[in-house]
Amino acid sequence: MTTEQVTTDRVEQVIFDGLAEVGAERDAINRDASFEDLDVDSLDLVEIAQIIEDEFGVELEGDAVADLTNVGQVIDLVVARSQS
Amino acid sequence: MTSARSNGGRRRAVITGYGAITPLGVGAETLIERWSDGESGIADGVARCDAFEPGEFMSRKDARRSDRFTQLAIGAAAEALDAAGFQEELPYEPGRVACVIGTGIGGLGSLEEQEGVLRERGPKAVSPLSVPLMMGNAASAAVAMRHGIHGHTYGLVSACAAGAHAIGSAVRMIETGDADAAVTGGAEAALTGIAIAAFAAMGATSESGVSRPFDARRDGFVMGEGAGVLVLEDAEAAERRGATVLGEVLGYAATSDAHHLTAPEPSGADAARAIALALEDAGLGPGDIDYVNAHGTSTPLNDRSETEALKSALGDEAYRIPVSSTKSVIGHLLGAAGAVEAIATVEALRRRTVPPTVGWEERDEGLDLDYVPETDRELAPRSNGNGSRRSVAISNSFGFGGHNAVLCLEGR
Repeated sequence: MTTEQVTTDRVEQVIFDGLAEVGAERDAINRDASFEDLDVDSLDLVEIAQIIEDEFGVELEGDAVADLTNVGQVIDLVVARSQS
Repeated sequence: MTSARSNGGRRRAVITGYGAITPLGVGAETLIERWSDGESGIADGVARCDAFEPGEFMSRKDARRSDRFTQLAIGAAAEALDAAGFQEELPYEPGRVACVIGTGIGGLGSLEEQEGVLRERGPKAVSPLSVPLMMGNAASAAVAMRHGIHGHTYGLVSACAAGAHAIGSAVRMIETGDADAAVTGGAEAALTGIAIAAFAAMGATSESGVSRPFDARRDGFVMGEGAGVLVLEDAEAAERRGATVLGEVLGYAATSDAHHLTAPEPSGADAARAIALALEDAGLGPGDIDYVNAHGTSTPLNDRSETEALKSALGDEAYRIPVSSTKSVIGHLLGAAGAVEAIATVEALRRRTVPPTVGWEERDEGLDLDYVPETDRELAPRSNGNGSRRSVAISNSFGFGGHNAVLCLEGR
């Protein structure tokens, strides 16, 4: 778990990098992109959740992300959880 | 050519495409040409597919979701389906196309990597892709998904006989009417720390790092990786669609030694029975065989018991028929071996050439067949009595556990 200030920009950068790492097209990644458009499935989301936990210590269980459909929602959730 | 079959009018499985990724390079033509020229894909005691670039066959996303054995299968399948004219669209109803790809071990490299993650970082860090990466049916699943295949699809595991068993199983599906076409073969990528150490621990691999099947100095097999995939079709359906037929699986048989975990039964009795049954399945006899593509691993035990099996099954004809081993140039591809060697066999028959057992020099006592030393030679198909000539071979595959699978193949 990091002690550095968790900023929205930092979360966005980590998640964007994570999405690219699991194979999403870098040019198509933005806050409004849906997981469907990025061809990101449940297995990819588990990998993203592992990256988020490593970086920010925020644990995203399956239930927490099950209803999320786009990138911005994940960013907002991580920022909110890291500040609570 | 319409073959007279011993069992009457059953459906026949013709070969309309194949692809191979081997230590000799990418492509079935590369395999047969380099082998016939006596070139070797073995370096420093192992046989890697260094020329294979996954990115030429799949996206980065698909590559990271595939263990190397699956990647190799995807590459070989692309060549096979392209050759058969299956690449753009399946020429059959997708539910009538099967996909059976064998492997000896599956995604062992992925398992080893995740074992390291588990030890170093704990269970929560283990990749959610671990299971789909390492499962033994991953290659079949990936190929079926890629090409929209909806018929019988599964992996097949029988150690070093898996590739031949897969082809045989696919042939039976076509013969019985369970499928009109099948994408089948084998894939292996087990050049990993555990596998290399484990095969060495049991004394199976060569300490000298040299693969010289049937030679007196042989001291074990050289591990290799690779994949071979074939497209089989019901002969009549293939003819109706105007497919180019490369060959036919005339016969298949499988038996079990039930003798020892790893050692073949010394007399080769059940291996011989598999050879005889494969010939019977093809409606042929030893006199019809132009070539034997041996399992020929370069282990002291296999090459002796296989020689015994050939003599037992083929009688005096065993001394006439040239016998060579693909493993002399690509090492042992384990679960991919039977498929890659079936492809090499059909391609050799089509080219009317007998590739050599490269490196064979010293005769071992009792190993007295014609192992095709030094260079390739012309294959002279036997007349079948009515003026037409077919070129026919058998390809042997034997696996740890005592599994014997034999294919009788024709090249056209």
